[in-house]
Parts: sequence; C-alpha cells; structure tokens
Amino acid sequence: MKLRPGQKLHSAVCDAQVVVVKAPGADVEIGCGGAPLLDDGESDAAATLDASLGDGPLLGKRYADDDLGLELLCTRAGTGALTVDGRPLQLKGAKPLPSSD
Amino acid sequence: MNLLLLLDMVAAGRGDEVAVQAGDDRLTAGELLTSAWTGAEVAAGAPALAFVGTNGLAFPIGLFAAAAAGVPFVPLNYRLSHDQLGALLAPLGAGTLVVAEGEAAASLAARGHRVVDAAEFVATARAGGATGDVPADGEGPAVLLYTSGTTSAPKAAVLRHRHLTSYVIGTVEFAGAGPGEAVLVSVPPYHVAGLANLLSNLYLGRRIVYLAQFDAGAWVDAVRSERITNAMVVPTMLARICDVLDADAGGLPSLRALSYGGARTPATVLQHVMALLPEVDLTNAYGLTETSSTIAVLGPDDHRAARDGDPVATARLSSAGRVLPTVEIEVRGGLGEPLPAGEVGEIWVRGEQVSGEYAGREAPIDAAGWFPTRDRGRLDADGYLFIEGRSDDTIIRGGENIAPAEIEEVLLQHPDVAQCAVVGVPDDEWGQRIAAVVVLRPGAAVGADEVRAFARRSLRGAKTPDVVTFAEALPFTETGKLLRRVVQADLLATS
Repeated sequence: MKLRPGQKLHSAVCDAQVVVVKAPGADVEIGCGGAPLLDDGESDAAATLDASLGDGPLLGKRYADDDLGLELLCTRAGTGALTVDGRPLQLKGAKPLPSSD
Repeated sequence: MNLLLLLDMVAAGRGDEVAVQAGDDRLTAGELLTSAWTGAEVAAGAPALAFVGTNGLAFPIGLFAAAAAGVPFVPLNYRLSHDQLGALLAPLGAGTLVVAEGEAAASLAARGHRVVDAAEFVATARAGGATGDVPADGEGPAVLLYTSGTTSAPKAAVLRHRHLTSYVIGTVEFAGAGPGEAVLVSVPPYHVAGLANLLSNLYLGRRIVYLAQFDAGAWVDAVRSERITNAMVVPTMLARICDVLDADAGGLPSLRALSYGGARTPATVLQHVMALLPEVDLTNAYGLTETSSTIAVLGPDDHRAARDGDPVATARLSSAGRVLPTVEIEVRGGLGEPLPAGEVGEIWVRGEQVSGEYAGREAPIDAAGWFPTRDRGRLDADGYLFIEGRSDDTIIRGGENIAPAEIEEVLLQHPDVAQCAVVGVPDDEWGQRIAAVVVLRPGAAVGADEVRAFARRSLRGAKTPDVVTFAEALPFTETGKLLRRVVQADLLATS
C-alpha cells in the first residue's frame, strides 16, 4: 500500500486505529495482528489475530520504522501488534522537549 | 489529521479527568467532546464559527465545535471596536455564527450578525448529548487567526488541521502529564499562544485553568489556590508578576515550569525572574502565528547554566534557543542565499507545522516549501537563534542596517528608563535617522542629551539615537508587542 500522511487506518482483527504521521516513498505492507491494516470503510471478516507477533498498540503512542521513514500514531488501542513488511514496528520513546505552551 | 481527533483520543484515554476549568466550572475531556458535538449543531449551516470573548469554556467548546462542524474557528480580539469586529467578520461569509460575550453580543446582533451569547452557547453545548464520527479531513482550515499587525494592517493566517495536529504530535507526548499537573492560561484566546496552550496541554492531559483576563494579582492568587504547576506568559505579564511577588514575598511553591515568549524579553526582567523563582524551570519560546506557535526553545538547562555563571550560556539568554527537531531553519541574505553562522539575515523556516498562508492572499512560501518569517536574526555555531527584530523595523541609516532591539536593550539599562522604543524616521542626509522615545520611571528627571550620552558609552556613533524624545506611555498590543508603526506615526505627526 502507498501511504500518505494523515491517512486513517484500522485493524481487521482488533479495535486498533492509527493515523499515518510519516509515510515512506515506496509501497509498504503494514499490518496489525498479522492482517493488513484497512482503509476507512473497508473490512475483512475472514482475518484472524496472530497473537504471537507481540502486544497491540497503546493509545497516543507512536510506532516507527526509521529506516523506511514510516511513523504511525495510535489513535485507538488494540491487541494486534503493528508490523511493516512482516517486521514489528518499534515504539518511539518520549521526546524530552521542554514545555513551551 | 483533524483537530477533533486529538480531543477524541484524550476522551478515550483520560475522559473522566478535568480537562478545562474556568472559575468553578469544570469540563472533563469526555464532556468537552460531547459539548463540541452539541455546539456543532448550534453552528449548523454556518460557514465559520467566530468567537469574541475572554478566556473561558466557550473558547475550547467553540474551537472543537467548529472542527466537528467542519468549519474554521475564528477567535477575535474582544477589545476591538464593534465596527472593527464587523470588518473582520464580513469576509467570513453570511450566516457566520458569532459566539460573543457581553456588550459585543448585543451590538453585533443589532448589526445583523448571527450571534449567540457565549454563556448561552456553553449552557446549550453542555446540556446536549450529541456524538459523531471524527472527520477524516486534515486539509481544511481549522483556525483563522489575525496576526498582531505591528508593522501593517492585520491579516488572517490560515492554520489548517494538519498544521496544528503536526505541531501537537511533534512536540508533546500524549498523556505525558504527571498526576496533579495543572496549567494556568492567561494569554488571550485570539493569540496563537492561547490556541497552542489549549491544544498542547489538553493532549498532555494537564488540567487547563483559565484566567478570564490577565491581572498579575489574580494570576499569582490562581497559581497558589489551584496549585498550578505550569504556565506560559508574555514578557509584560512576567514583569508585573515579579512586582507582585516582590511585594508579598509569598513565592509560588507549586509552580514547576514557566515559559515565556510572544515578544522580546528585556534582560532586566529575565534576571529578576531567575532570582525570584530559582526552583522553577524556565523556557523561552519563539514562534509566529503563521508557524502554529513555537518553532524554537531555550530550555531550563540553558537557563540554569546561565544562572550558574557560564558566560556562553549567559550570552544565550538573549537567544530564542534552538529550533525544534521537526522544524528546519535558514538565515538568508538579501539575494536569498543561505548565510553561515554568525551572519545576520532574514529567518526562513520549513516544517509540517508551518502554514505561512493568509486568507485571500498568495502564500509567500518558496518552491521548496520555505516560509520567510520577516524576522531578522542569526544562528551561533551551536544553532542558537538570536532574533534581532522584524525586517520591517530595521533602520537603514546611511546604508547601514541597524536593529532597534540592540539600541533599546542599551537604553533600558539606564536606571531611570522604564520603557523605550527606537524607530527610524525619514532624513534627507542619511535616508533614516534613529529616534528614541523614552518613558521615564516615576519621579525621574533626565534630559535627552544625558540619555544620548548614556547610549554613546555602549554604542557606536552611528547607532546612537540622533533624537531622544519623552512620552508618558508607549503603545503595546495586549500581548506585549510594541506597535512601532504607531510610535513612528506619532513622531512624524509631532515633528
């Protein structure tokens, strides 16, 4: 799938929802719990959760693959682990910026 | 990404915690979300939702109601005359919903605007139970914000959903606030800092406590009674807060972090704050309306190093710090060429939070996405940004570019000078000559020659004011920006 910043995607196998923060130039396959993440309006009743891939995303956390230039923001928590081209996405650490507001 | 998604996330994650508070009126994030959807029903059919009022619950409800309705939110300066407000409302389109407080509500209604009283709007929004699906749109205009117009007539900056959400996601961590954190907001809702304060602190999960309008005594009282941990103020507020703390010596025990920005902070004020509040983390933020607020910060570590006497850090206290990791910066010369560290030029920035767009005008952004801030400045070898002032304020005397800020900083060191403004006035010989308008402290009696001689001790002859005049007061915007074009016009009118 060719991603674009701001794109909303949802899991086929759990409650997870994400927004694309940074999109790589190339096509990538991003999944949740082993099934491809879906665009708004799409569904896949046949998909099943693969729990062996790890824990699901947490609300408000960002998940990234820095090599690809991919970053997702979790806007609803879920149980399926986020992956890109079969590899797990990494949780991005909190940034130590001082509060300016 | 849509602004409403930020609130939707907070409502899902921390929906039962108080998100915003004005006096004893409190809204949880969940209640704010429902109020926003109900407020959107009030705004049905309107092309925009304008807000004319002080800080209070109508501001966050209005902002998110506009997002839910898919129309821009337009906070206006409640101090403007009703004629001026009418002129700013006209281009928004017929049927624009105006949420207004007090006299403005009646007056604007009498002029044919679709007006709802702010208190009534809040009551209606809170009483409803509406919900909806968060719009996917990130491209539409979320907020139209009139810039302060210190150098020209005000114009409306267009901040799209994607600019504001990029700023929030790029600079603050969702639910990153610890238990008990609370922020006091006293910057006005029509200023970009008011908008950024709301969005950042909501996303962080900090309780937002509104002060309707700034008053130093009320601000200090609120910090103490609400056990405020964080606050953002503009320099004029900072100076007045120091005066109150000096007088009552009660300190601010709950306050952990204080950020300041919005205009240049005189070194004397900053030194005063550092001495009065040694335990508080200080942050200087630099940003513009057109950049969705902050683009550079000088953080607590920089302030502490300066307080400990590090000479490099002390020099950097007058800087705006370093740009955010999500923003790129270039200082460019007169031909648009990037300048090396140390050289002064125009500041250009690029990043996802940078809009640079004005309603009804062509955006000044270049082909590669860079925005000219029209601020002049320089970077040092480590990337600290020193702002010299607006390009339009630069005085060109005998072909030499002179920043008023440098001269003003010197004049303010004189013990009898309370405020000052340095501007260029037309001159047949030099093109422009340097004029200083000085406000003396009460009871002080100093002559123009003495002020010039004082300046000459620190400045070259070419930078020493050619003329010094005295005034009772200077014209400032409410957020502490000097209205130089007014100073200049007054000088020309009296000369």
